[in-house]
Amino acid sequence: MKVVLENLTKIFPSRNKKSNEEVIAVNNFNFEIPDGKLIGLLGPSGCGKSTTLYMLSGLQKPTSGKIYFGDDDVTELATEKRGIGLVFQNYALYPHMTVKQNILFPLQNLKGEEKMSKEEMLERAYYAAKLVQIDELMDRKPNELSGGQQQRVAIARALVKMPRILLLDEPLSNLDARLRLQTREEIRRIQKETGITTVFVTHDQEEAMSISDLIVVMKLGVVQQIGKPQEVYDNPVNLFVAKFLGTPPINVFDGKIKGGKVYIGEDAVMEVKDAADQDVIIGIRPEGFNLDENGPFHCKLENVEVMGRDVSVVSTNAASLNPVIRSIINSDNKVNTESETVRYSIKPHKMFVFNKETEERIYFEVK
Amino acid sequence: MVDNKQQWKAWLYLSPAIILLLVFTVWPIINTLRMAFLEGYSAQAEVGGATFEFGIGNFLKVIEYKKFLQCMQNTILLCVLTVPISTLLALLIAVALNSIKGLQKILQTIFFLPYVTNSIAIGMVFAAMFNIVGSFHGTENEIIQTAGIINNVIEFFGGERVNWINAGSQYWANITVMVVYIVWNALPFKILVLLGGLQSINAQYYDAAKVDGTSRSRVFARITVPLLSPMLAYVIITGFIGGFKEYTSIVGIFGETMGPPDAPGRLNTMVGFVYEALENKHQGRASAAALILFVIILIVTRLNMRFGKKSVYY
Repeated sequence: MKVVLENLTKIFPSRNKKSNEEVIAVNNFNFEIPDGKLIGLLGPSGCGKSTTLYMLSGLQKPTSGKIYFGDDDVTELATEKRGIGLVFQNYALYPHMTVKQNILFPLQNLKGEEKMSKEEMLERAYYAAKLVQIDELMDRKPNELSGGQQQRVAIARALVKMPRILLLDEPLSNLDARLRLQTREEIRRIQKETGITTVFVTHDQEEAMSISDLIVVMKLGVVQQIGKPQEVYDNPVNLFVAKFLGTPPINVFDGKIKGGKVYIGEDAVMEVKDAADQDVIIGIRPEGFNLDENGPFHCKLENVEVMGRDVSVVSTNAASLNPVIRSIINSDNKVNTESETVRYSIKPHKMFVFNKETEERIYFEVK
Repeated sequence: MVDNKQQWKAWLYLSPAIILLLVFTVWPIINTLRMAFLEGYSAQAEVGGATFEFGIGNFLKVIEYKKFLQCMQNTILLCVLTVPISTLLALLIAVALNSIKGLQKILQTIFFLPYVTNSIAIGMVFAAMFNIVGSFHGTENEIIQTAGIINNVIEFFGGERVNWINAGSQYWANITVMVVYIVWNALPFKILVLLGGLQSINAQYYDAAKVDGTSRSRVFARITVPLLSPMLAYVIITGFIGGFKEYTSIVGIFGETMGPPDAPGRLNTMVGFVYEALENKHQGRASAAALILFVIILIVTRLNMRFGKKSVYY
């Protein structure tokens, strides 16, 4: 089931009677979610990602705009008629019911033609439970389960009705680091196995990048960029996206373009074509540095952190907007730790230049 | 643990509470036991130098006494009728209150008013509402009776005037008035407790139920009531305990005659019986009746809790 969002907007009226400030949670969101894909809505808190998810679920009504599931306009359709499965951030498992009763609950609500026999329901419930590998725990109560197990039960409960779309609100935020890794693989596997179009919300870019087919980066209700995780990482459209994706984060510098050359501070690091002279902000990914004795970019060496496969070189430069510059270098390259300075050349495809005012990307060709 | 040398300090600090408890709670309980098991005990006689033999005569007297059985019947009947009705009503009102937005605060206050009003005063108002207020001589010396508001309403809808509480009234009519009054009086506290419980239920359970297309009645039966069950259990248990101690409400409606003028004592309760025995200086009998009441409340509460264990989710 493909999902289309058309000019979707959600405005919350001001809560405070004195000020009439409304909050635009989601601003004019246009997006077509392809069938059977896993989509990650990504952004810092307050960016409107959860609001978007709840509008998809029907629990919140959009202020304007349309939502289509396939060819059906579901904008005005009640939640229960949309055929969605929703997994809440804290799972919202009914605490007084066993796992089995929790999973059966949505099926028991079905009426009319959809109504199932007891055997059918049990079969479906066990199928869903097997899918998330909790069929051993069916007679337990939620408070007798670990966080990860509760998460699986919540997914099973959402899946048991065979929803057209599965929505997950911060699915991993309540899990510890190890479980998080495991569970995100699990979500990916379940989504692949069922082929259900899945949308999940997260503020953790690593999480979104690692399992999504497409990520949507949002900021203050406005969609910044939509694309495959690698594409968005390699080609951010503005400084916000560049900064938001990637660990360690991108290194940011004050710089300028002058006479066809890109300067960081006083160092001309690259020659470019077709770029007007202006002050700019330059972003360089940690892996975008080459150790180069004759490199154009001079930094003061602070520290070298060994990580095994790679080393992380910490250095400083007056033009840097971050406290330190962090570059990831293959450990085959020996860094001279005695030296006070380190010189780099920059990989052109790892360096992004942004307009200083608008923070939009400036595109150019490298000479 | 405090070392032994310091323990006297702990006792010293606890002593105000302990002394009060000993004097006003522990001693009366022991004394009640003593008085109940001394044949034909009377405090006045004891002061006069009389001695009493140990025995269960007081209990036998109480149980044989026809009036006591009437009191027990009244008490149990009122309990069995009012606790379920008031709990159910309170639950419905609490759920309704919880689901409206605008006037919630005002309505909450209105529903809570009976709780802070004197129950004797409420009883008098109720009595006036159900009363046949008075009579006067009309033309041709015919006696015309004026009725309270309830009978006026009944007549307005074409019904026949009912003698609720006056001389010549029926037992069932008396009980109906008592049930209405007790339920009304018991509602505020129950609504308060249940509303508090409802507001502490995580709204996401309802969102989850909505996503699954759960009907309203099913949400109520399968989600609201189970999640509210600790509060319900509390309200039911305290309701029964309060119900077995029913006394002031009868006084409020019928006065100290505990019944209509032509049938005094017909609506007397177990606590009423205890008071009456005390008034008649039968302290032994009063103590025995009080102990019987205590045992009944103990058994009912145990039953409540055993039933609760199976159905209450904590």
